[in-house]
Amino acid sequence: MITLKVLVHVACLLPLAWLLWQLFGPSSGAGLGADPTHTVTYFTGRGTLRILILSLAITPVRRLLPRLAWVIRFRRMLGLYAFVYGSLHLLTYVGLYAGFSWAAITDDLSKRPYIWAGVTSWASLLPLALTSTTWSIRKLGKRWQMLHRLVYLAAIAGVVHYWWIVKTGVRSPLPITLALAVLLLARPVLSEVQARRKGRVVAGAAAL
Amino acid sequence: MLIRKPSEIPAIPGSEITPESVYRNRRQFLAAAGATAAALTAERLWRMARPAEGVSAATKLDTVKSPLSLTGVQPTLYRDVTSYNNYYEFGIDKGDPARNAGKLKTYPWTVAVEGLVKQPKSFDIEQLLKLRPQEERIYRFRCVEGWSMVIPWVGYSLAEFIKQCDPLPNAKYVQFLSLADRKQMPGMGEVSINWPYSEGLRMDEAMHPLTLLTFGLYREALPNQDGAPVRLIVPWKYGFKSAKAIVKVRFVDKQPHTTWNELASNEYGFYSNVNPNVDHPRWSQKTERVIGAPIFKQRQPTLMFNGYGDQVAGLYNGMDLKKYY
Repeated sequence: MITLKVLVHVACLLPLAWLLWQLFGPSSGAGLGADPTHTVTYFTGRGTLRILILSLAITPVRRLLPRLAWVIRFRRMLGLYAFVYGSLHLLTYVGLYAGFSWAAITDDLSKRPYIWAGVTSWASLLPLALTSTTWSIRKLGKRWQMLHRLVYLAAIAGVVHYWWIVKTGVRSPLPITLALAVLLLARPVLSEVQARRKGRVVAGAAAL
Repeated sequence: MLIRKPSEIPAIPGSEITPESVYRNRRQFLAAAGATAAALTAERLWRMARPAEGVSAATKLDTVKSPLSLTGVQPTLYRDVTSYNNYYEFGIDKGDPARNAGKLKTYPWTVAVEGLVKQPKSFDIEQLLKLRPQEERIYRFRCVEGWSMVIPWVGYSLAEFIKQCDPLPNAKYVQFLSLADRKQMPGMGEVSINWPYSEGLRMDEAMHPLTLLTFGLYREALPNQDGAPVRLIVPWKYGFKSAKAIVKVRFVDKQPHTTWNELASNEYGFYSNVNPNVDHPRWSQKTERVIGAPIFKQRQPTLMFNGYGDQVAGLYNGMDLKKYY
């Protein structure tokens, strides 16, 4: 398990290490291509969505395959990495697009829904990251679960944000949208299947 | 996790990254290449320093100087001009055109002239190349997406070509249609666009001396991914106004339909003059990212008419440019 955890950490950190190396290493950004700002923006943005989708896959996987129930141990970690990537994505926008200018940010917020969608996604992840400690889980009890349903809002807003920024006719956000749709649908479907299975067991017991 | 498509992040092995010293020297070479006898040597060295791109060195074009060319500007690297392209016929990714345009057959090539002209005609590419002396025109290039380049184009004023077409007096607009051949252009099915790509200019815009019928860049024939064998360059307008791989020029009396305007008219107007005061609905146009600049120095202010206001502002006297964006 520990080896696996290390591997997941490495898998999440390696792209960031690559990014930092490209930004501040001897190549001074040459490896980020012709439009490094754009590269970093998509790199961190897609990274956020991909990790978020992976973290959302954990619950359906363990319900579908009880043998893999241990994957739950990776959920918090993935959620936090999604928040890290999302924060870097936000920082890219604030620094390299808005030039750390509050006026530019408020101007964007007043005009552009896709910026709102992105901010909504990040702002939904923020309280989740803050209450990710074991202490918070204990302290908040049932309310913790309620609060952490915000992850659905974060994922949906993130995907909407992606669709709104690509040009008309471009379908590159489609795969991640389908993945999210499958994962969101998996929950009620699995509940239904399990309820029926339980019902059958109960009915069987009653027949005896 | 985080599986990157190679197209998104160029996975360049450390061994292939041009060392900074070579990169810097290249700039010196370019500067030196101005008009001195060192030009040839410099260019040879520059080629050696340039990473292999799969773009074979194209046909050389002999050029003459033009007073319309910018001076004292640093052109964008040949590598970036030929590997960072929007050309959806070959795919939506910036790297797709360089990867997929190799198959395009640009010879033989004819441009058909039709519509409101004395007589419909067609021109072979050889005829077009020789019609006027080829000029080098270093122009700023601003994409509607918010990035910019400086490119040494080769061509002559579109006006020279239009004179050969004998348009009728009632021709008010010119429409340019690009090649649309699914066999040669594998990206055409990737997007929901009503092909062929169509663009247009008002007659006075088309006749403006800055408007360039373009055959080359960096004193070579255009690489396929940059719109070979013949394209338009309208330097005071967003890049998408400059149609590539032109096969038809049509003179008309009404504003022609244009591809991006048709796709999203609230985002891409017919005029699409570079204008820092009119935002794209989804992003500001006040600034631009300079291609090839270091990441923390990429932003620079966008200029009205992309810096060509002195020459072209007169075309739009009395027009509300916020309404006719």
